[in-house]
Amino acid sequence: MVISTEGLSFNFGNQQVVKSLSLQVPKGSIYGFLGPNGAGKTTTIKLLLNLLKTDQGSIHIFDKELQSNRVAILSEIGSLIEQPAIYLHLSGKENLMNRALLLRVSEQRVDEMLALVHLKDAAHKKAGKYSLGMKQRLGIALALLSDPQLLILDEPTNGLDPNGIIEVRELLIRLVTQHNKTVFISSHLLAEVERMATHVGIIDKGELLFQGSIKDLEAISQPQVQVELENTVDAANFLKKHGFNVIDISDNSLSIPYTSKTQMGEINTLLNKNGYMVYSIHKIHKDLEKLFLDITQNA
Amino acid sequence: MGFWSAVLLPLLICLLLFVGFFSHSEKLVSVPGIMLWLQFAGAILGVMGSLLLPMLIVFIAYSVNSIEHKADTWKSLFSLPIAKWSVYAAKYAYAFFLVLLCLMLFVLFTIGFGNLLSVLKPTLKFNEYHMESTLAQVYLKLFLSSLGILSIQFLLSLLFRDFLKPMGIGFTATIAGVILAGTDWKYAYLFPYSHPMLTVKSTLPHDIGKGSGIPELSVDLFTKDIFVSLGVAVVVFILGYFIVLKKSVK
Ligand SMILES: Nc1ncnc2c1ncn2[C@@H]1O[C@H](COP(=O)(O)OP(=O)(O)OP(=O)(O)O)[C@@H](O)[C@H]1O
Ligand SMILES: [Mg+2]
Repeated sequence: MVISTEGLSFNFGNQQVVKSLSLQVPKGSIYGFLGPNGAGKTTTIKLLLNLLKTDQGSIHIFDKELQSNRVAILSEIGSLIEQPAIYLHLSGKENLMNRALLLRVSEQRVDEMLALVHLKDAAHKKAGKYSLGMKQRLGIALALLSDPQLLILDEPTNGLDPNGIIEVRELLIRLVTQHNKTVFISSHLLAEVERMATHVGIIDKGELLFQGSIKDLEAISQPQVQVELENTVDAANFLKKHGFNVIDISDNSLSIPYTSKTQMGEINTLLNKNGYMVYSIHKIHKDLEKLFLDITQNA
Repeated sequence: MGFWSAVLLPLLICLLLFVGFFSHSEKLVSVPGIMLWLQFAGAILGVMGSLLLPMLIVFIAYSVNSIEHKADTWKSLFSLPIAKWSVYAAKYAYAFFLVLLCLMLFVLFTIGFGNLLSVLKPTLKFNEYHMESTLAQVYLKLFLSSLGILSIQFLLSLLFRDFLKPMGIGFTATIAGVILAGTDWKYAYLFPYSHPMLTVKSTLPHDIGKGSGIPELSVDLFTKDIFVSLGVAVVVFILGYFIVLKKSVK
């Protein structure tokens, strides 16, 4: 395990923001750390970076205890927390050079990073004049600068355009598959990490509600019967009268939890016989986004 | 920002006095060299010691920390593989350096402009007397006396993001310090913000300007207020580190 916490808890005053978290992040994984606003993601990340002092529980990174091996551990971590920390009166390159000096990294590496995040042309522009997405790119370059084993990124695609999001995603996948790095990435959108994450942790109100591989997450997703027809509201009421539990209605379709093939046939017959023309009826797996909402709302 | 204020302030003040002396040179022809130097350096010291030095320190301490507050870079500084102690000490060292630089420039400019006056207005008796070493000692003492304030202001600026809190506290304390030192309150030496003023008072002869005889100049570097200042500086500096450790980055 690259990151492993046990019973990790943290309070701001008397508000408990992180509740007994036990994170397990395997080596070589892209771990999507998901949760709605205010769930405690950033706070957890600050705990992992030793920026906040752990109230209770333990944190081990690279199998070493964090508090007592702080410098050794941090030298293998690149991080980006919330808005990237950038000196606005310095240019993009100066920002990187400044950090390179502290980390004893060569100028060549700085130029590589600028090229990697497509900031070469803006390298000598004041970072204060960068757009939101450019600042974010610079933040990612800063995190990657020391070529760390573990990247901890707090909503890194915040403010990036679709192209930028895809680039970051591909970059992270490349880092993990080709360079054997580990990525811990937080987001409030499952869809955003769904395509790259190998593992997922879902947190809400400080509690870890789900943790496992992305396959485990798909496995617990409940299949549904989706019926396409007109007059969905009437049809839904009709089905409810006949004891079916309609869980979702839109303008042109409705969904019922799937139980068996016979159930699907019954629904079809019932609707057709009573004047509701069924355009299509099929079994679907709830998408992960809905699953995420379910998990975070039922808690 | 802090850097330029540390350079420009001495330049400006010395320049102002230079202009003042230059334009009133006829009245000063009869003044003996030692008194001339004392008036010139003393005027600069007087302004510095009472109000300007403490306020400059307030500003330097603020500007050194506000760079990180503004760019929100505390979190990234403290997540670098560098001991927290080093980050804290490096920041403090820079503020320390700026104050030192500023005071050294004061010595330099005072002497420089004094000599310039004697070249431009040979009638003035600036060349009759030399006070380089005395002046250096006075400013060294002033520097030592200001370290207590520096530590306190540094910590305040580190803790508070905004300018007003450290500024307000620093300003109020400075005024109080000037009053306490000015009224010769016997415990003024315990109050860091009084120290620069005490230093200035103790080194400048009281009868300056009255022209009565040749005043004796002596700098007693290690008086009890200097010890208090150094003590406060060290204690607050170390205390500050533990507060920073505990406070974490929020
Ligand atoms: N400095 C602070 N002082 C007091 N409470 C705080 C502080 N920072 C965060 N909190 C509280 O901690 C809780 C979790 O905040 P956190 O920033 O970790 O959420 P998050 O999951 O990162 O949310 P988002 O998706 O909006 O970034 C929130 O209820 C927030 O109000
Ligand atoms: Mg956050």
